[in-house]
Amino acid sequence: MAESTHETMVDREIDRSHMQVSDEVAIQITEMNKWYGAFHVLRDINLTVNRGERIVICGPSGSGKSTLIRCINRLEEHQAGQIIVDGTELTSDLKNIDKIRSEVGMCFQHFNLFPHLTILENCTLAPIWVRKTPRKEAEETAMHFLEKVKIPEQALKYPGQLSGGQQQRVAIARSLCMKPRIMLFDEPTSALDPEMIKEVLDTMIELAEEGMTMICVTHEMGFARQVANRVIFMDAGQIVEQNEPEPFFNNPQSDRTKLFLSQILGH
Amino acid sequence: MAEKSFVRMEMLPEQAPPASSVGVIGWVRANLFSSWFNSILTVISIYFIWRVLAGILPWVFLSVWDADSLAGCREVIAANWPGAESAEHACWAVINERWLQLLYGFYPPELYWRPNLAIILLFVALAPVLFADRVPRKLLYVTMVYPFLMPWLLWGGTIWGPLMAAAGFVIGFYVIKILSDEIGALSAMIVGVLATVTWWLGAGPAVADALSGTLPIGIEAVESRKFGGFMLSVLIGVVAIGVSLPIGIVLALGRQSDLLIVKGICVGFIEFIRGVPLITLLFVASTLLNIFLPPGTNFDIILRVMIMVTLFAAAYMAEVIRGGLAALPKGQYEGADSLGLDYWQSQRLIIMPQALKISIPGIVSTFIGIFKDTTLVSIIGLLDPLGLANAIRADAAWNGVYWELFAFIALLFFVFCFSMSRYSMYLERKLQTDHR
Ligand SMILES: Nc1ncnc2c1ncn2[C@@H]1O[C@H](COP(=O)(O)OP(=O)(O)OP(=O)(O)O)[C@@H](O)[C@H]1O
Ligand SMILES: [Mg+2]
Repeated sequence: MAESTHETMVDREIDRSHMQVSDEVAIQITEMNKWYGAFHVLRDINLTVNRGERIVICGPSGSGKSTLIRCINRLEEHQAGQIIVDGTELTSDLKNIDKIRSEVGMCFQHFNLFPHLTILENCTLAPIWVRKTPRKEAEETAMHFLEKVKIPEQALKYPGQLSGGQQQRVAIARSLCMKPRIMLFDEPTSALDPEMIKEVLDTMIELAEEGMTMICVTHEMGFARQVANRVIFMDAGQIVEQNEPEPFFNNPQSDRTKLFLSQILGH
Repeated sequence: MAEKSFVRMEMLPEQAPPASSVGVIGWVRANLFSSWFNSILTVISIYFIWRVLAGILPWVFLSVWDADSLAGCREVIAANWPGAESAEHACWAVINERWLQLLYGFYPPELYWRPNLAIILLFVALAPVLFADRVPRKLLYVTMVYPFLMPWLLWGGTIWGPLMAAAGFVIGFYVIKILSDEIGALSAMIVGVLATVTWWLGAGPAVADALSGTLPIGIEAVESRKFGGFMLSVLIGVVAIGVSLPIGIVLALGRQSDLLIVKGICVGFIEFIRGVPLITLLFVASTLLNIFLPPGTNFDIILRVMIMVTLFAAAYMAEVIRGGLAALPKGQYEGADSLGLDYWQSQRLIIMPQALKISIPGIVSTFIGIFKDTTLVSIIGLLDPLGLANAIRADAAWNGVYWELFAFIALLFFVFCFSMSRYSMYLERKLQTDHR
């Protein structure tokens, strides 16, 4: 996956300039803490994500990566600190939560497509009911994004009839149909066979190249090198290290990071 | 080396299968005589089935259709089949004479067209719900009107009563619609329900009275005590089935709610109703309620029974649906949430369609059970088919007839229950989209 270094370099340069011109903040997390019962999962998380930034989060299993990313669209509730997404603070106000969720797309490890609806219906459901888009327009948008993820011919099938990689691409298209300003990915490729991983990563790379703000939990280090502006390493509920990909991988500072990288890249 | 490597040069043509594996002989061999043990079982089963049929079929078909009493039947049997015991031949004459009564109870015969029309319209109203993809959607209007039309057809009287009852729903709907933006969906719903109930108990009947005084449009009224027979079973069954499903859904959702009070009420209701035998509830409906109601109130006995049976069915329905909800992966809720659907949208579009689909076998079992349980109303004195069977036997002419009446009643119930069962299988097949 590290084969397209040339393209990547160009991309990242373009993107950094983009970051400089617009210092608009997409997500701001300050002093955020979360407990599951008495278990302190997330501790003093501080993280600012600018518009157009692509962030990869990695770390050992159980370190709280999923929990962090799920707090951003309030699939999990935080108990202390502040999360501001797209200028709106996440509180228990349901209206705010639904508004933020419609602006933040999310892709899950197990796709979470709706098995009783066709691919096309999966993609048009939220635009029609949440955005009140007319059905026809929603279907056109859906077909546009299904073409983008290269499976328009599957539109009338049901999720159960598709391969894992195809399902994950549908899930991405479904999120994109809401025209989100931010995309969250929680290990989108870890339930997939190797040959399907590439098709999903390609889709995500394309998305990144278009300047989408992305936060991605993944262990695909090639992907991280290629598209990330920043790599965040988490352990025991804390952000242990963050850096640009090159220095992060080539010259990690913390011992935990070194250990993790040696384990994950070792074989 | 040469033995291990092999390349086919010529493709083999397709051949017909051997005769012993196709057709009737093939089927019999594969299914009935595939081994010596299987063969023995087959022979024993055939013998057993033959014995049973040899007992039943002559009773059913070598029978008496024309007689005016059981004694008359016995005379005919003695004349036609000398030496036979009278119990060896059915006396269908009782059905022949009383079948209208078994179907309609004491409903006035000149008004039979009304229950007949009601049942035909029932099928018309059900069609768009049961076969959504095969009949025009316009029929849904019939479905919406039916709950108000059906009682009017059966009980008759002024048309303003059902119209005002319908008006209650319209009022509730608009109250919810207007208020939900102002005070939130849940509060709006509570206010809407309160408005509807107030209308029904207060203004509605008054307006209906006033209107029927000035504009008396109506059909001949039929009293509840004339209701009976299979018509009564179907009436109670259909109402209980139709109303318990939505109540059951609400209870199941309430049981999962984060709101402690809502949850407590739902759990309490479900557990209470499930912990009490239906027959007890029916006794409460028939006797105890009279004590609590203010004297002089005329609270129809059939209506009371229908409410009890419905509540009973709803509690079971809620648990069946909760099973379906529990079977849904958490990811479906998260998928819906992450797209920004609100609670009711995700319930209606994502969760319920799947949970109900999973629960179809359980739901239909509950329906069938409730439909058969309607026969319990005979114990509190309503004349359902079983109650009528007793009444018919009380007639000196038919004293002693058992099997024929029960066989007829069983057949009626079987037709309905079996149809429901087949429909549920059809529905399961049709909704099979997960291709697992
Ligand atoms: N609903 C929950 N209740 C209690 N504890 C939980 C819950 N969900 C997660 N945890 C715990 O919180 C910790 C962080 O979980 P999380 O799913 O965020 O880890 P992760 O970094 O995503 O791990 P993985 O790489 O395995 O997905 C784990 O120790 C887990 O056991
Ligand atoms: Mg995880």
